[in-house]
Amino acid sequence: MVRLTTEPIDYHALTEQVRRPDCGAVVTFLGTVRDLTDGRVTVALDYEAYPGMAEKMMAEIEQETRARWPVGEMVLVHRLGHMEVGEVSVAVAVSCPHRAQAFEACRHAIDRLKELVPIWKKENWADGSTEWVHPGA
Amino acid sequence: MNLTVRLFARAKDLAGADRLTVDLADGATVADLRRALAAACPALAGLLERSAFAVNGDFADDALSLPLRAEVALLPPVSGG
Repeated sequence: MVRLTTEPIDYHALTEQVRRPDCGAVVTFLGTVRDLTDGRVTVALDYEAYPGMAEKMMAEIEQETRARWPVGEMVLVHRLGHMEVGEVSVAVAVSCPHRAQAFEACRHAIDRLKELVPIWKKENWADGSTEWVHPGA
Repeated sequence: MNLTVRLFARAKDLAGADRLTVDLADGATVADLRRALAAACPALAGLLERSAFAVNGDFADDALSLPLRAEVALLPPVSGG
């Protein structure tokens, strides 16, 4: 299951959602708003997406992850809009029969999400300036 | 053909709009679109060089011929997560 939301991510509920009797391992990754980037202080981030394509790419990532690991259930959720330091911007929850598979599948999904999904963040620095983040400049 | 391109993130700020419309020859490619956008909005030129395009929701190579009435978006390097 994949989803974009503007509401806070209920990661406890997402973790419960992927639990199954045949899966002995559940891994949940949370991406949270960090207060420091390359020595500069962040107070908040704003996220925007290209909505239709972002969800489509997230669904493809779920499919490719399921093709490589014996995933029971998985959920990818990205939050959009304004988030303060410490808030959860993204969550990936995966269940598998065994822990190595669950760790690998979760790692793969978040890495691919960061590489492919058309979502962008804007830094709100402590000095009041803002800056879109476009890696590779 | 007139083609409207959706803009996001810094591209939207640089253009001062969330869409730009350019006039292209029928059969024009994504590479032609990239050049036309740089000409229409020189402020975008630097970011355009390292941005991708999506055509109807899929990543598109520079060689792709743009279909009529496609939904096209300029995708600067992504930074979700």
